[in-house]
Amino acid sequence: MSNNAAQLFINVGERTNVTGSARFRKLIEADDYNTAIEVARQQVESGAQIIDINMDEGMLDSEKAMVTFLNLLAAEPDISRVPIMIDSSKWHVIEAGLKCVQGKAIVNSISLKEGEEPFLEQARTIRNYGAAAVVMAFDETGQADTEDRKVEICERAYHLLTERIGFPPEDIIFDPNIFAVATGIPEHNNYAMDFINATRRIKENLPYCHVSGGVSNLSFSFRGNNYVREAMHSVFLYYAIKAGMDMGIVNAGALLVYDDIEADLRELVEDVILNRREDATDRLLEAAEAYREQSGAKKEQDLSWREKPVGERITHALVHGIDQYVVEDTEEARQQFDRPLYVIEGPLMDGMNVVGDLFGEGKMFLPQVVKSARVMKKAVAHLMPYMEEEKRQMGLADAPAAGKVIMATVKGDVHDIGKNIVGVVLQCNNYEVIDLGVMVPAQKILETAQQEKADIIGLSGLITPSLDEMVHVAKEMQRLKFNIPLLIGGATTSQIHTAVKISPNYNNDQAIYVRDASRAVGVVSKLLSESAAAYKSEIRESYRELADNHARGQGRRKSLSLAQARANKLDINWADYEPPVPRQLGIRTFDRLDLSLLVDRIDWTPFFATWGIAGKYPRIFDDASKGETARSLYEDAQKMLTTIVEEQWLVARGVAGFWPANADGDDILVYEDEQRQAVRATFYTLRQQNHRPAGKANFALSDFVAPTASGKADYIGGFAVTTGFGEEEKSAWFDSKHDDYSKIMLKALADRLAEAFAEHLHEQVRKGLWAYAPDEQLSNAALIAEQYQGIRPAPGYPSQPDHTEKATLFNLLDAERCTGMKLTQSYAMWPGASVSGLYFSHPQAQYFGLGKIDQEQLEDYARRKGWDVATAERWLSPVLS
Amino acid sequence: MNRDQRIAALKEAVKNRIIILDGGKGTMVQSYRLTEADYRGERFADWHLDVKGNNDLLILTRPDVITEINDAYLAAGADIIETDTFSSTRIAMADYEMEDIAYELNVQGAKIAREIADKWTEKTPDKPRLVAGSIGPTNRTASISPDVNNPGFRAITFDELVATYAEQTRGLIEGGADIILIETIFDTLNAKAAAFAARQVFRELDIELPIMISGTITDFSGRNLSGQTPEAFWYSVRHLQPFSIGFNCSFGADQLRPAIQDIDDVADCYVSVYPNAGLPNEMGEYDQSAEEMAGKLEEWARDGLINMVGGCCGSTPQHIAAVAKAVAPFAPRKIPQVPVKTRLSGLEPFVFG
Repeated sequence: MSNNAAQLFINVGERTNVTGSARFRKLIEADDYNTAIEVARQQVESGAQIIDINMDEGMLDSEKAMVTFLNLLAAEPDISRVPIMIDSSKWHVIEAGLKCVQGKAIVNSISLKEGEEPFLEQARTIRNYGAAAVVMAFDETGQADTEDRKVEICERAYHLLTERIGFPPEDIIFDPNIFAVATGIPEHNNYAMDFINATRRIKENLPYCHVSGGVSNLSFSFRGNNYVREAMHSVFLYYAIKAGMDMGIVNAGALLVYDDIEADLRELVEDVILNRREDATDRLLEAAEAYREQSGAKKEQDLSWREKPVGERITHALVHGIDQYVVEDTEEARQQFDRPLYVIEGPLMDGMNVVGDLFGEGKMFLPQVVKSARVMKKAVAHLMPYMEEEKRQMGLADAPAAGKVIMATVKGDVHDIGKNIVGVVLQCNNYEVIDLGVMVPAQKILETAQQEKADIIGLSGLITPSLDEMVHVAKEMQRLKFNIPLLIGGATTSQIHTAVKISPNYNNDQAIYVRDASRAVGVVSKLLSESAAAYKSEIRESYRELADNHARGQGRRKSLSLAQARANKLDINWADYEPPVPRQLGIRTFDRLDLSLLVDRIDWTPFFATWGIAGKYPRIFDDASKGETARSLYEDAQKMLTTIVEEQWLVARGVAGFWPANADGDDILVYEDEQRQAVRATFYTLRQQNHRPAGKANFALSDFVAPTASGKADYIGGFAVTTGFGEEEKSAWFDSKHDDYSKIMLKALADRLAEAFAEHLHEQVRKGLWAYAPDEQLSNAALIAEQYQGIRPAPGYPSQPDHTEKATLFNLLDAERCTGMKLTQSYAMWPGASVSGLYFSHPQAQYFGLGKIDQEQLEDYARRKGWDVATAERWLSPVLS
Repeated sequence: MNRDQRIAALKEAVKNRIIILDGGKGTMVQSYRLTEADYRGERFADWHLDVKGNNDLLILTRPDVITEINDAYLAAGADIIETDTFSSTRIAMADYEMEDIAYELNVQGAKIAREIADKWTEKTPDKPRLVAGSIGPTNRTASISPDVNNPGFRAITFDELVATYAEQTRGLIEGGADIILIETIFDTLNAKAAAFAARQVFRELDIELPIMISGTITDFSGRNLSGQTPEAFWYSVRHLQPFSIGFNCSFGADQLRPAIQDIDDVADCYVSVYPNAGLPNEMGEYDQSAEEMAGKLEEWARDGLINMVGGCCGSTPQHIAAVAKAVAPFAPRKIPQVPVKTRLSGLEPFVFG
């Protein structure tokens, strides 16, 4: 339920308005400001995101009342956290109000009523005070009622504001006038549609502006019949929001759920709003009488839902925010289930999912969701003592906690339903949960995590800006060298956001998206188990894949020019960095390496993929459908491996080399010797041109080598290894016996051994040959997850898709002579089970996918390589856009 | 070099490197161990109130001291020095019943800073030195009541603040200031009034100087005294199109970092910071060494967080020299492309669209 209409609809609280609320007017008239402040508080608590304040009443000193009320509000942090809408038809009241607010407020309203000059003068003043403005669709000839008039006035006002005085378009909120419908006057019948259609055109034609309106006007002719009025408001909003209305002045406490309106009534109301039939007004008037009798308390009076099964009753209570019966229903459910926890995981979660779905479809609004949360809390509170008791009986009360989890709703966000549920569920599973509440700044989360030595941090958020805050927390965890998992949850969060925006910013450990509370325990227990490393690396890999796919999708849409991409290269601080010197320059061969050294190094997951069985080793063995097959395959593989090693079916040969090198633009120059005068060979690299998130570079492999201009002596390495010699002979033998199974098995194992050889050699390089990480201690799982310093990218793979670069590498390594390996015409390596690549040692060197490049880079690359463009196109075709 | 040329030079330099501001004044003045007689000078020898502690008054009575301090900061590498006019408003001067010299203080304060800055610009023409006219928050708050029993009460109004700040701005411009620096803001409404006044004076004089806005964080909640978060604070002043937004004073670099990070991604102008030299010890002295402070700010520069940097309370020319050296190798923060959205604020930011 991310980025949908419901969340983009801003509720402006209307109760602090003397013209709209008799109660508020009486409080102000009686000088009872303390109680009047409570009205504002109630609005914010029920979900108003902005509060509208209006003191326009003939008997009041409106200016004084406005100033007094605003000054008092400033002393109430839980109210004044939201922006203020200063609402008056009197300009002096507005200006007095603007002088009292420290935040950025909204003025409601200005219009072209008195002509262009006064309109622009007022807009300029609003701009000088730093506020946004509601602009009414009102001009010199009057208030706009038809669709065309509304659009025409708003367009005129928009152009005047943005072009004549540079008023920011995003600070313009149009109010195209919501008028009463079903008044009995036929000319009024289309008013709702006029508003809805005008809204659509305004939003389409006038970029960045917003559309708002006072919704209660609509149902003016049904005064006294609140039930019908609320139904009309809900139906109207449902359609207006779809058309682009993104703000509304509403009673944040009272809105009907669209789906909840009786089908008969809803149809009648829709006929009126959508102006679908001539007799719509009469039909609604007639039916309305029936509702008038039960009006007001109708919802509470209709208790037929109490007859339904307990699960449905709980859902009903959550959707409608009725807390009256929830404790008895929860108790009834508790007696039906084996454990109190199951009530939360079952009926309560089911109900909240319904709420989430309705909210996502725009059929429930934020204030209603806030009510649902209260009901939920009440239900959970009832269950808590039972869960404590259960824990005590199971002897867990005094047992050490299974792990400590810090949870918080991030700064700027107040929503905590989901987080609280997750907290309860974790506690029930004997995890210690430290809940920091809502609106928690990053600093506090991280300080607490440090003090408490937490095992995991969990972040929650419901609104979109929370996503950025979560990214910020992740970055801070990276900067401050945290190494515990980070869980991400809440309504706007998603796996793709976590993969693309959060995970890449936190490499010390892993960020993990948790879809809902039912997943939380599973994830936490895996993260605190012995197989945590494998689990995390699996997640990291799948996130990287998601992010790559996402980047490819982005790449098709837009890319940077080559100059822009180069300007955003990875900016390594070479001045403070001394590149490590390899122990020995030149090449070094490895002949007939002992295969037994490689067996433990095998990464089995791709092995199963070769056989068409997707799944992560070793958990694939537990898979219900594939587990058995995987297990027997693995046993056969182990048997053949033993024979391969003992009988030396395969021969492992390799060569590695290191040379002085410096980057020159996107090229890497390899020198003859340390004099660094004569260039022996050049590696050409390609640069990412996709739009990168803020703070992320557009990589080329050359970025990881010190540029000539830095004056630093840097190096590059390269290698080519094979475990393929002997495989062809053995395959022929299996062929002769018609044993395809063993033939494929051998091939798959040879491939795995070649990869294992490359891993093994890379470790030798890090610890000994280049020795830039002599003290590295990593498990095989960590190695597979690439948690080491430096990279070994292969020509022809994502970071450098040009296979012909292998020729340069093979020449430098003298690979044919040293190992017997060959390159085919299409630069494939022979034997098949071979791996080659370059070595980069810098700590910031990392694997990346090139993505698409543009024509300019293609031509530039061709020029550098001395190719014609057609040749370049042939070799780079997979990355051309 | 005239004012327009200096401003143009600053706008060019800030694109390429981190600009250096000066450091604390109060600590430096203390080191002269001036007496009541020094503060009074001849002109105020018979003033009916004690004036020791009115540091702005030294502009008239001991201009040599102020110039020496400015000179030391310029020698340390400051591109911009501040006038000694933090409290030179009618409102703040009322403590000494010296309201009537407020205008003169601003004119003279800007003049003496201008003179020494120009001397340095002559010496190093490739590094022109600018004068920022310092505008403090005054000692009254427009959005907080000083009376706990009457939260609606205000000791000062927006209009009164605008009047006093307009006078100060006029004086600073007359004396030769290049920049208007609204600093140590603890109440956003005061700052809005100050900038409102500055813009009013600009229109009056048909002139446009860069405005620097610098708030302060007053407690460990990370908000200013009037309760706003850094991001909400930025949205409150963004319409003033300042040259820079940032923070100063507070508890030192560590505590200011979250505030700067809060605005770094949403501020489409330059970002400045000039923290205190750590927290004062039990004796009220700042004992963070120049190297310590420089080390912290170097990390900020490396992370690309800042465009302008200096020091506040407790920092000395040694601190500024060390900071200037530490940040020199690093590129300034890049101004981000901030997506077009409606960005409102109460105490907290509210962004939509």
